[in-house]
Amino acid sequence: MSNENPTESKGNREEEMSQVTPKQASGSKTTSSPGATRSLSEVAAARTTNLGKAPQPGSGLEARGIHAWFGKNHVLEDISMEFATGTVTALIGPSGCGKSTFIRTLNRMHEFIPTAALAGQVLLDGKDVYEPGVDVTKIRLQVGMVFQKPNPFPSMTIRENVLSGLKLSQIKISNPDELLESCLRRAGLWNEVKDRLDEYGGSLSGGQQQRLCIARSLAVNPQVLLMDEPCSALDPGSTLRIEETIRELSDSMSIVIVTHNMQQAARVSDYTGFLLSDGGPGRLIESSTTVEIFTNPKEKRTEDYVSGRFG
Amino acid sequence: MPKTIPAPRKITTQPRFTDKVFRGVVTSGGLFAGLLLGLIGFFLVFNGFEAMRAAGLSFITGFDWVDAVPEDGQPASYGIGAMLYGTMVTGILAMIMGVPVAVGTALFLSYYAPEWIKKPMVVVVDVMAAIPSIVFGLWGYFVLMPHAEYWAKLIHKYFGFIPFFDMPAPVFTRSPFIAGLVLAIMIIPIVTAVSREVFAQTPLERIQAAYALGATKWTMIKAVVFPYGRGGVIGGAMLGLGRALGETVAVYTVLNLVYDIRIEVLLSAGGNVASMIVNKFGEADPVELQALMGAGFVLFLVTLGVNFLANFIINKTARE
Repeated sequence: MSNENPTESKGNREEEMSQVTPKQASGSKTTSSPGATRSLSEVAAARTTNLGKAPQPGSGLEARGIHAWFGKNHVLEDISMEFATGTVTALIGPSGCGKSTFIRTLNRMHEFIPTAALAGQVLLDGKDVYEPGVDVTKIRLQVGMVFQKPNPFPSMTIRENVLSGLKLSQIKISNPDELLESCLRRAGLWNEVKDRLDEYGGSLSGGQQQRLCIARSLAVNPQVLLMDEPCSALDPGSTLRIEETIRELSDSMSIVIVTHNMQQAARVSDYTGFLLSDGGPGRLIESSTTVEIFTNPKEKRTEDYVSGRFG
Repeated sequence: MPKTIPAPRKITTQPRFTDKVFRGVVTSGGLFAGLLLGLIGFFLVFNGFEAMRAAGLSFITGFDWVDAVPEDGQPASYGIGAMLYGTMVTGILAMIMGVPVAVGTALFLSYYAPEWIKKPMVVVVDVMAAIPSIVFGLWGYFVLMPHAEYWAKLIHKYFGFIPFFDMPAPVFTRSPFIAGLVLAIMIIPIVTAVSREVFAQTPLERIQAAYALGATKWTMIKAVVFPYGRGGVIGGAMLGLGRALGETVAVYTVLNLVYDIRIEVLLSAGGNVASMIVNKFGEADPVELQALMGAGFVLFLVTLGVNFLANFIINKTARE
């Protein structure tokens, strides 16, 4: 259970964005203030990106031609996207366009909804996760998920919450305390909870609970982390902390984040996909680098949406 | 100049006429239920008081049930200790055998059964609760007992070294074990229904959180459903216990009433307050009748207490 060494990808980043000093790249306080009045394109451009990393063929996560239905209701039509390791992808679009449904197809949470159906492929390291005979619990270990509402297990302490994934997936490890600390550190929560690890998870604030949920996802060492509006129930300060966490995590994994907050998409992501439903199924209108989407979108509808003219 | 702090205002509202009428109807309904309960308790105390006063504490602790024999100068001695003990034993046996089956059934219905099995099975389990207890009694006597006798012999053969399963005389029929078995079957519907209800309320977000961490169905149930539903299951089990403690005719049919406290549950000798009352009621003289009323009052208190406790536990969990 060792984490990928992030040093190499960090090196790539700094080379890529030579105008950004290394200090800014890692701390990033100046670029991520939610109250900033700069335009989205400036925010997006200031982001230290991981674009330099060309996706290695056959690695990371890829959705190919995803269609989804609830009963007879066709909710997603032909969505194809790639999520390379070391990048953050934001999914934006108005409510009801299928963003959440789409990310739930990526770790097979979609099938929990009765009547849910699906076509297309989701490839994890080149292998289809919907292939017959695939152990779905293993897929979900590799593709973690953080939900909109913080949902720590209330019957468990902070420590037990972080390590709950091991218990749930019946993994045994020899050094749980080390893992506990490293996960909480990576989620940016260690200093706040290190003296109260045996209190219940519910005793934390909303933002801390959400970071606890992130730490919990990290404990099983996923390659991909799906985040479904992780900050929508949080105050700006907690949002900032989570965005910093996302930035740090993105070195070693691939992150897909659904957000209604354009500023957030511009601040944290390398790539952005814009989904839209015109009353019918949701479609991927445009998908490109975040800078491109926010400065020079090809589609009129993307431009209207990101500039706040509708949605 | 000191600030004057106003006294809090009294906030009232003027209900409409229709609201008043409806309020009157539901209030009287609610009060009537409480009144009825109180009157039943009063009736039992009123009629049984003389016998309970005469016997004192030995009414609860004693385990003789002897009518007065004036010719021999022997006074009446009424104690329900053995029957009270037997009631507890059969009730606990019913819980031990019934609750695991009921919880398993509830889990199956909530998380494993496909929709086409689930719907009819929920109905079947609920219908089980509507079977008259005499039917359970007769079925227990004629169908279950011959099999249960064999199971009891097996238990005795392999676990006879445990005092509970010891057997001083080889009579395996009409034992507390068999009465407990019949009661277990009778409490399964209520325990299943309550457990299924609380399992179904498990917050979806927690279930999804568990699955998103690579949980299997069983590890998810252990980590999420059980902690959430524990209080409800305990409450449901207590409701079942309340029913088992008060059960009369089914126990009367399958249990051999003996006024003695024995720990051997496989032996054909046991007790149950409710069956004792039904057993003695027909030919009781006025003094014995008073004692039976007293016995009824004690049973009333015990089942009432268990049901209150059950409701308390269920409500406490529901608020969480």
